[in-house]
Amino acid sequence: MTEILHIDWTRCDGRGLCTELLPTVLVRDDWGYPLALQATNGNRSNPAISPGNIEAAREAVHLCPKLALSLVPEQAKPRQ
Amino acid sequence: MDNALWAFGRMSGVVSLVLFSVAVILGILNRSGRPLFAIPRFSMTLLHRNVSLLATVFLVFHIVALMLDSYAKLNVIDVFVPFLGGFKPFWQGLGTVAFDLVLAVVATGLLRHRLGQRSFRAIHWLSYAMWPIALGHAIGNGTDGTSKWFVVLAAGSLAAVGAAVAWRLSANFLETAKARQGGLS
Amino acid sequence: MTIQEAVGPAVDTLRGSAGTYQLFAAGSNAGLAEHEQAFGPLSLAAIDAGFMSVLGESGLTGRGGAAFSSWRKVAATAQGRGAALLPAKPVVIANGAEGEPLSFKDKTLLAHAPHLVIDGLLIAGRAVSASLLYIYTTPAAMPVVEAAVAERRDARKIKVVQAPETFISGEASAVVNSIATGVALPLDNRRRLSAAGLKGRPTLVLNVETLAHVALIARHGSGWFRAAGSERDPGTRLVSISGQGAGQVLEVEGDARLCDVLSSAGVDLSTVGAVLVGGYHGRWVRDLECRLSPSGPGENVINPGAGVLHILPARDCGLEATARILDYLARASAKQCGPCMFGLPAMARVLSAIAYGDRNPRLVLELERLTKLVGGRGACHHPDGTARLVSSALEMFAEDMKAHLLGTCTRETRSAI
Ligand code: HEM
Ligand code: SF4
Ligand code: SF4
Repeated sequence: MTEILHIDWTRCDGRGLCTELLPTVLVRDDWGYPLALQATNGNRSNPAISPGNIEAAREAVHLCPKLALSLVPEQAKPRQ
Repeated sequence: MDNALWAFGRMSGVVSLVLFSVAVILGILNRSGRPLFAIPRFSMTLLHRNVSLLATVFLVFHIVALMLDSYAKLNVIDVFVPFLGGFKPFWQGLGTVAFDLVLAVVATGLLRHRLGQRSFRAIHWLSYAMWPIALGHAIGNGTDGTSKWFVVLAAGSLAAVGAAVAWRLSANFLETAKARQGGLS
Repeated sequence: MTIQEAVGPAVDTLRGSAGTYQLFAAGSNAGLAEHEQAFGPLSLAAIDAGFMSVLGESGLTGRGGAAFSSWRKVAATAQGRGAALLPAKPVVIANGAEGEPLSFKDKTLLAHAPHLVIDGLLIAGRAVSASLLYIYTTPAAMPVVEAAVAERRDARKIKVVQAPETFISGEASAVVNSIATGVALPLDNRRRLSAAGLKGRPTLVLNVETLAHVALIARHGSGWFRAAGSERDPGTRLVSISGQGAGQVLEVEGDARLCDVLSSAGVDLSTVGAVLVGGYHGRWVRDLECRLSPSGPGENVINPGAGVLHILPARDCGLEATARILDYLARASAKQCGPCMFGLPAMARVLSAIAYGDRNPRLVLELERLTKLVGGRGACHHPDGTARLVSSALEMFAEDMKAHLLGTCTRETRSAI
């Protein structure tokens, strides 16, 4: 089952931990905030995480200094 | 035996103080969002945590050793409630306060995901109060407090942590500060 | 820009194209008596499970901007209660915040037909078995709405809450946040409002005009509603027209042609340079033949959003007008989300530089890059809406852009936005 890494923009401060842990999913923008390399329907707040990246994504959720990340099952995808 | 405990108690206190200084500096480095040399940001975060935990372990050694020691005779109440001790109650009380603060900071740090960011943050800021209190305790209470090597060590730590805090308060502290101040990129 | 007073224009001026004239049938500043005379009394008891399918057949879409199917939204809230033993009762909120500076149709509607909105709210509340009902509206409309609620016995449980006059205060999660905490900022969208909104209850936020249509559909049925408009865009909608003469609100049929709407508002089409359709989060349009329907943008179709039509006179510079709007939008960012808080001001700086004479050709590429960078990244759609506006300006005013880069913008005046 695919999971989605939800970025809570109201919390994220662009510290760049997640972009280091998930370099194939996220890069940093001009101001340091995570930028999903792939958009799903124009939405770049909920990148899909492939099975190979799940561990790194869990780590990012755990380590994010602002508690801005969460993993959500694909079905419970946030409203867009 | 007693002498060994006494020496161990004092040395673990010193080690703990040094580690807490490193923990504070790493915390500040962390906050800046910068990696250190080749160490990536997530490793810095882990390093900050692990050094903090190690410092706490040494702090516990320090306290347990002095509780067992027949000369210091620290009791359980003195460990948690400040300013009641028989020997230099003020300086020892500072140590107790620092320990209580460490407990609060570490416990909330470990329960961060349950507590939520706001409470964690509020308590975590107590680190900045905890460190100078611990240093005061070490200088005022310690048998080594005024010996030359300790003074040098304390002054070195103070300079390092002081510099880190000054940097923390400076305008370009954040890694992304420049871009966010809005130059055309 | 025209700020309407609470009372708004006289109702006689609201009749739109094709003589459509539904929402304001009770006349200017209608009280309960005029309302019941025009529409007949509301029989709430008649609203049963079957109403959901009537609403579905009507094809009504939200009139607050997003144009989402109203039936789906209501159904999602009704199901949002889940299967718990003691499910939380839903909340319905009538959203009259209308933070968009170029929109005044909701204020006008609340001024003249508050009882139609109240009817719609009571009906929607009954359809989802809500226990809490709110009307959220601007300070200017508060007195009328409060008076209308006080006039009715069946409206006693409706609470009227004041919305701050900020651009973002009408975003659905900001509405919920404002009522719950007094802070009208959007919330992270991980949890859906239809499952857990105000006080953790399933929450339905509907625009006030949407609710007024609900009130009419409940009375006359879906066939009646579909008689106006087209297959893909049934019913009527209110539009706020500004930019030439005094601001006007018209009720027009769905899928109406832009030029017809403007003509019935008395606009001289030959003086129109472009029209901003959908407001500050909308698009610039030059093809006045295009139709206004939420199925757009597409071939000759443009999404009217919340019904804003702002005219840019032919002699005005569209780049400059857009730069000024972008500046406003950058300042309107709720400054919660990094890409919005830093990206929008960066875009505004670049566009202003172009509009006010910087001839560095790389600025256009930079603006395009930033526009792509902010899209889809934020707790609300403010960055998306802003990116939409800028993209349409880059497309529609490409010629002006060239002229600016050559230092030869020929327009005479600065627009009034
Ligand atoms: C298990 C233990 C700990 C955990 C999980 C932890 C975690 C963290 C985290 C996540 C941050 C970043 C906060 C942010 O960016 O907003 C941080 C910062 C910091 N930590 Fe810790 N920490 C722990 C223990 C300690 C201890 C014991 C000290 C002090 C001796 C300390 C001192 C600091 C300092 C000074 C900062 C910088 C705060 C600022 O200036 O905003 N930490 N810590
Ligand atoms: S680790 Fe957290 S705060 Fe840092 S960029 Fe990623 S989401 Fe934002
Ligand atoms: S995207 Fe912008 S306007 Fe929307 S919540 Fe975030 S900061 Fe506020």
